[in-house]
Amino acid sequence: MIRLQNIEKVYRTDTIETLALNSISLDVEKGEFLSIMGPSGCGKSTLLNIMGLLDAPSKGDVRIDDQTTQHLSDKQLANFRNQKLGFIFQSYHLINDLQVLDNVELPLLYRNTTAKQRKLLASEALAKVGLTNRIKHFPTQLSGGQRQRVAIARAIVGRPEIILADEPTGNLDSAMGNEIMEILMQLNKEDGTTIVMVTHDENMANKTHRLVRLFDGAQVQ
Amino acid sequence: MLKNYFKIAIAVLKRRKFFTFISLFGISFTLTVLIVLTAFIDKVVGDDYPDKKRDRSLYITSIEEIGKDSHSSSPPSYYFLNRYAASLKTPEKITLFSGFSGTNTYINNKKIAINYKYTDANYWEILEYKFLEGKPYTRQQIDNGERVAVISADMKKEYFGDVASVVGKYIEADNIKYKVSGVVKNLPITSYLLYSDIYLPFTVAKRDYKHKAYLGDCMAILLAPSKRDVSKMHTEYEQVVSKVPMENGQFTSIFSHASSYIEGYVDTGNEKSSGVTIALSVIGGFVFLFMLLPTLNLVNINITRIMERSSEIGVRKAFGASSRTLVYQFIVENIILTLLGGLIGIVLSLIALYLINNANLIPNLDLTINFTVLFCGLLVCLIFGLLSGVYPAWRMSKLNVVTALKAQ
Ligand SMILES: Nc1ncnc2c1ncn2[C@@H]1O[C@H](COP(=O)(O)OP(=O)(O)O)[C@@H](O)[C@H]1O
Ligand SMILES: [Mg+2]
Repeated sequence: MIRLQNIEKVYRTDTIETLALNSISLDVEKGEFLSIMGPSGCGKSTLLNIMGLLDAPSKGDVRIDDQTTQHLSDKQLANFRNQKLGFIFQSYHLINDLQVLDNVELPLLYRNTTAKQRKLLASEALAKVGLTNRIKHFPTQLSGGQRQRVAIARAIVGRPEIILADEPTGNLDSAMGNEIMEILMQLNKEDGTTIVMVTHDENMANKTHRLVRLFDGAQVQ
Repeated sequence: MLKNYFKIAIAVLKRRKFFTFISLFGISFTLTVLIVLTAFIDKVVGDDYPDKKRDRSLYITSIEEIGKDSHSSSPPSYYFLNRYAASLKTPEKITLFSGFSGTNTYINNKKIAINYKYTDANYWEILEYKFLEGKPYTRQQIDNGERVAVISADMKKEYFGDVASVVGKYIEADNIKYKVSGVVKNLPITSYLLYSDIYLPFTVAKRDYKHKAYLGDCMAILLAPSKRDVSKMHTEYEQVVSKVPMENGQFTSIFSHASSYIEGYVDTGNEKSSGVTIALSVIGGFVFLFMLLPTLNLVNINITRIMERSSEIGVRKAFGASSRTLVYQFIVENIILTLLGGLIGIVLSLIALYLINNANLIPNLDLTINFTVLFCGLLVCLIFGLLSGVYPAWRMSKLNVVTALKAQ
């Protein structure tokens, strides 16, 4: 499903060069639930962003669904993300000016859908994360766990094959974190969604199919 | 899609009340000034009372004599116009009249200022003054040198007070008494070619109005039989002027043109600089400068405002918005903002015009918003919205997704 080959990422600032990823090769199978662990600053987010086509590698090839992504234009990349990928972030990144329902509808705005369809799909996605009675709320009126559930609903509303989650439980207490983890596992099991999740929590990582450890930009396990 | 843009636009406007206020204030204030300005120009240049036949009239308002070391320009004299303009073949009718000059008169020991102007009989035929009472003086009366006058409604009120009829009464100006033959509707002083408080026949002028000199204090309106003949009339006058003998050895060339109302109105009396060009560049430059500042201000505000939303930009990009879609979204948002400012501006303009009209800053100048003015105003708003929105939108759309998501 996702194939990374010899990925390198170098960050250049005026004074220093950071080698954030050093020759990473990784295959993620269709339907797999993969977790990534490693100390802070070892390049986990960088790796996830490259998988999600949010950032380009300095070297190496990213293939998704057997398609090379190197030479895609801005518009093609946007389209690709819209169709195939869903993102969940540690700090939710909901749009505070929009109500829950509008936040969840967002990915559908960039597809050919009618307002009615959007509303229907968004309600379904919210039902899946157990938030049917909060659709008119604004994000700031919700708890952290609820916000992350809205973010998950947004990530799945377009039925993507892949979900990339960067420390989705990082800002939550363990009870809420477990809830979120349950939802992700259910998505993986019932819908066959491929999930790559960065986490700091060994327990959660143990619940996934496979664990990849990074250290200083290199894969150690 | 548009509905969603609208939702977020309104939400953002509500959230940043101060920015919104500054932006809206900038836009609406600018627009108000522009609308008042255009209303003013439109009225001053566009109001065709009393020269309703403007489209087939040409105006001779100046003459310029140029020599090696000398240069003089002023309105032409009665003598010049009578000799070279009055003899043209194309015009159906020609009127000669003087510019207005001021004098004082006393009524009940109170001093009042009077502007007076001399005309011929054709003046009242070419120009369609509205007579509130009485009628113009006749050719016969002029030839007889009768001391008769047509006065404005304002003058009637000021000199005679609130009386029903003043025809046949006498009005004194410069120690001479004139018998009032008619009262006409006022016109504002901005119509300065035709404006006066009292109109008198040339033949009662104290000065020798037929004095032989080219420069003087007169103007002429040439009325063509139809619109088609206007250019022919223009050419004929050009030809006549080109053959006019020099007044004396001092000068080597003479210029005088029969021009349209607008050209005549803004005539600078200088052959080398066109009044219309100057007027247009002055107005254009003013409008440009006046719009530049709030536009820059808006650009600035927009950049700040958009950058504040970098998380939103990152999210939208991550979920499938292309840079172009985002540029489009932000421009639409900005146009919504400017149009809102436009609406407020229009309301403010209505209030401003109402106040200006009521304060009577320029007597008898009744400013109104018309369709043209409104259209220009909204167009200006739109351009405004585009100008101030495109650059910030373009800049933020270039933002890298990861960077956008990181910035908080
Ligand atoms: N935009 C950037 N510019 C420069 N250095 C960066 C940038 N983003 C990340 N880095 C560096 O790259 C390394 C990996 O960062 P990151 O992938 O965020 O680590 P993690 O998510 O594992 O904590 C770190 O040393 C970080 O300082
Ligand atoms: Mg990280």
